[in-house]
Amino acid sequence: MKTGLFSLFNRVGAWVLLLFLVTPALIAIPVALTPKRFLSMPKGEYSLRHFEKLFTSEEWLSSFFQSGVIAVSTSALATILGTLCAIGLWRVSSKYSEMVRAFLLLPLIIPQIISAMAFYRLWIPLGLLDSYAGLILAHTILASPMVLITVSASLATFDPKLEQASKNLGASNWTTMRRVILPSIKPGVFAGALFAFILSWDEIVVTLFISKFNVYTLPRRMWNGIRENTDPTVAAAAVVLIAITFIAFAIFAIQSRRNAKRIT
Amino acid sequence: MQILRKQIHPGWLIIAPLLLLVLALYLGPILNILWLSVTDPEPGLGNYAKLGESNALARIIWTTVRICIITTLFSVTLGYSIAYAMVHCHQRQKNYMLTLLLVSFWISILVRTFSWLMLLGRKGLLNVALEDIGLIAEPIAFMRNELGVLIGMVHYMIPYAVLPLLVSMEALDKRVLDASRNLGATGHQTFWRIYLPLTMPGLVASTLLVFILSLGFYVTPAVLGGGKVLMVAEYISVQLLVTLKWGTAAMLAALMLFGVLAMLWIMSRFMKLSTVFGGSSQ
Repeated sequence: MKTGLFSLFNRVGAWVLLLFLVTPALIAIPVALTPKRFLSMPKGEYSLRHFEKLFTSEEWLSSFFQSGVIAVSTSALATILGTLCAIGLWRVSSKYSEMVRAFLLLPLIIPQIISAMAFYRLWIPLGLLDSYAGLILAHTILASPMVLITVSASLATFDPKLEQASKNLGASNWTTMRRVILPSIKPGVFAGALFAFILSWDEIVVTLFISKFNVYTLPRRMWNGIRENTDPTVAAAAVVLIAITFIAFAIFAIQSRRNAKRIT
Repeated sequence: MQILRKQIHPGWLIIAPLLLLVLALYLGPILNILWLSVTDPEPGLGNYAKLGESNALARIIWTTVRICIITTLFSVTLGYSIAYAMVHCHQRQKNYMLTLLLVSFWISILVRTFSWLMLLGRKGLLNVALEDIGLIAEPIAFMRNELGVLIGMVHYMIPYAVLPLLVSMEALDKRVLDASRNLGATGHQTFWRIYLPLTMPGLVASTLLVFILSLGFYVTPAVLGGGKVLMVAEYISVQLLVTLKWGTAAMLAALMLFGVLAMLWIMSRFMKLSTVFGGSSQ
């Protein structure tokens, strides 16, 4: 299509908007480098003291650790449950299974505040408040739909005849699953695991409701820092989080490019 | 047992773990909340009647709806422009654009909210810069008001608005546009009378998606509103964690839930929901 004046104008606008989406977050970098004790823009002088504090503070380190444990466990659980479920739904593919699929996507679309309320309500009598198990379970329920979506997308391109061929050749259900289905949906499983990890790593609303002192995740500590709005350590933590996002994104991009190459 | 096994597809066996987990630990307490909304503190529709009686509640709901509508309008309009540019440029450029979009999508909400706090405050970078170049004498209040909440929310929602639009624009057969031009329509006419109507499903999906997500938004309004802009989500959290009034909170949650479900239903009239969430369209 010929590029009209309007199109050109729109494209420039789109680039400006996209930069508007990414650049504000980068302000955390200079703020983290301020030599002052309070949140401020550095004026000519830079210091790494807030990064030093971040990486030597017992509180922040324990938050990093706790968030890591919770996100890894959530990712593992959600990936297993979500993958199995996606394969099951794909195998059944009936009117009912589509209804179940729609139902299982709800935790992703129902406002987080309502999910938070629901978990808070149930976790009180179950004694799961402020515990690793409570957070991991809640995050798993929120993250499983992500895995369900990515694995289902992979399964949509998988040829069911391969499964039949494997069974005709005498492989058991388990062998077929392990050696035929799983290898071909690996990209979907990988993407799902990553999304589940990020969701849990970054989750704040539900966490605010169901954790208190024992479990103090990184988003929770950042939330506190943001509300108090004085200590620049929170800026250093933000920089670390941005760096992690970029790294995770690069891994994901390389992985999907590799997969794309394999297919073509 | 034999008959049962024939009736029920073995696939259900591996669906069951997740399904049971979600039913027991998610649907269960949500139904419990709906139940609370008509039983706590006493059985009846007392909680819902408060909507008519209490001006404070009505104001909170009106604030929420107004902010959500404005957010949706801006996000979808700007999102449409981005999606349009992405579909109509070279593959290479498109990949760069997609990368920027997804990176912003994945940057933590807390990091972004923190950044806005640094940028928009009274002594924030924006005010300092504007004062330095002499445009303003007094700092402008960019936050602790609706403006701040809107900036933060639109910024967060744009990627969500773009993705369904992108799906819908990419599915469109470009030859239709050529046909329109060949038949003598101007670029303007082709856009308004062919392109826009054909991408309407994507537009509706993206509008409803952004609206739904905005409704329950907690983090950005709580921080950038600075206590001055009270929306439903924050009000619910205050009711639960500070004043311990489950009844009112449950009623608001029920309203929000029914609103969301109604919008999902409308959305499913326009397009397969699974395509909106990036899944398969089968």
